[in-house]
Amino acid sequence: MSDEFKLMVWRGDASGGAEVEYHVPAETGMVVLDALHYIEHNLAPDLAVRWNCKAAHCGSCSAEVNGEPKLLCKTRMDQYVGQTVTVRPMKTFPIIKDLVTDVSWNYKVAKEVPLLAPTAPAPFNMQQIDVDRIQEFHRCIECFLCQDTCHVLRDHAGQNKYFGPRYMIKIAEFEMHPMDGVDRVPLLAHEGGVGMCNVTKCCTEVCPQHIRITDNAIIPLKERVADRYYDPIKILLRRLGGKKDDVSEPKTHAVT
Amino acid sequence: MAQPLEPTARSDGHNAAKSKPYWVEPVITMVILGVWVLYSLWEVLFHNTGTYHNYVSPYFSPGVGDWFGWHVLDALYVAWVPLLFRFSCYYYRKEYYRGFFWDPPACYAVDKPRPRYSGETKWPLAFNNLHRYAWYLALIVLIFLWKDAVEAFFFKNGFGVGVGSLILLVNAILLTFYTFSCHAFRHMVGGKKDCYSCDGKPTTSYKLWNRVSQWNTLHGTWAWASLASVWAADLYIRLLIMGVIHDVRLF
Repeated sequence: MSDEFKLMVWRGDASGGAEVEYHVPAETGMVVLDALHYIEHNLAPDLAVRWNCKAAHCGSCSAEVNGEPKLLCKTRMDQYVGQTVTVRPMKTFPIIKDLVTDVSWNYKVAKEVPLLAPTAPAPFNMQQIDVDRIQEFHRCIECFLCQDTCHVLRDHAGQNKYFGPRYMIKIAEFEMHPMDGVDRVPLLAHEGGVGMCNVTKCCTEVCPQHIRITDNAIIPLKERVADRYYDPIKILLRRLGGKKDDVSEPKTHAVT
Repeated sequence: MAQPLEPTARSDGHNAAKSKPYWVEPVITMVILGVWVLYSLWEVLFHNTGTYHNYVSPYFSPGVGDWFGWHVLDALYVAWVPLLFRFSCYYYRKEYYRGFFWDPPACYAVDKPRPRYSGETKWPLAFNNLHRYAWYLALIVLIFLWKDAVEAFFFKNGFGVGVGSLILLVNAILLTFYTFSCHAFRHMVGGKKDCYSCDGKPTTSYKLWNRVSQWNTLHGTWAWASLASVWAADLYIRLLIMGVIHDVRLF
């Protein structure tokens, strides 16, 4: 390993900024967040970087390393031997200072997702086969790297049309819950904007928790929307039964 | 539990210097799919038969033209079905949105985005939401391809195995995996349910969904492999018809 790493760290705020060069001594097992801490402690005490657990569990230290959305605490420096390591804030969100972005839009979206509304009082008696799917979604640490890389939000500024992959997971988590009684399909089709996703799987590629966001959440939700709004036979049968497309259909599961 | 849903562990230990430029993958996709489309057009528009003795090209099966006595561009009556199936396939959507629409060319790419984007909310791309209907049609074609694969082992002088027989068999197998690993099929067999144990049959739909989910993790692999096998099967039979090669009988 070389003796030191060269880092180009974006410094600035909402009014503008530029990459600043730093040199950091290399240490075994070092991650990008370690290098930034070295800079903070020795070279630039005013460097702003959000972090918390340093164990890839809190989702705080999301940024872009050499252009790739990554957790700073999980990105080893030894994969960049011989390269300049460029660290920039997440592009999709407004910058507060240096590497810290304002991710509050995500929390506003979170409030629009109806929470679990159980069809029976807790504690539930559920079979493992019924909760297999949603347990994968529980791994989400809300790092928002999927939101950062989603081209609908990143390149097309579609925040008013699409909730983003993180909230597709959130909706899937409730919608596929065996004890949930809320119908979120109209939300998905309209405000949630699942149709804006063109399943290019970038969210899945950057997820540090390895959740198969597209295959296991977004596509199954798209199929549920197709059941309700696109499948002509199902639409016909539903209308013959006197139901309207946009009216939520309460789910009625037998309580076991 | 839930193994089919678990991803393969990814290693972050690679040297990032080995990463390809972001445009390499979409360009490869464009070239392969582009060549395949051109080949298919050549095959469909310039040939009227895909049969060589007991071998039938997948482009010409089932022989709809023979059923109705239409013999102008026979493959046109059939080839649109697999084309529709692949065009609306969730895996190919990823590939062609990245490769042809450049939307995005790759994750976190720096290219300027296209000015207008409406995802799959407007026609014609909203048509992709009806992928299940393409699946129904593709299933019918698949049944005929299995019939062709079996018949490829029965020559004029009885049972035998030729290179063509094996190619058609492998093609039918790969297409079976591709068809039954489909996301829409996964939804049909159980994905649409929220509770597998609530209807009194706790395991049937779950087992089916679980198995399809396992196959689904390799849907992209089946997609490319079956594309190659369709291509290989047709090309082999086309070269036999043209007299460029002769079928090799293994026994």
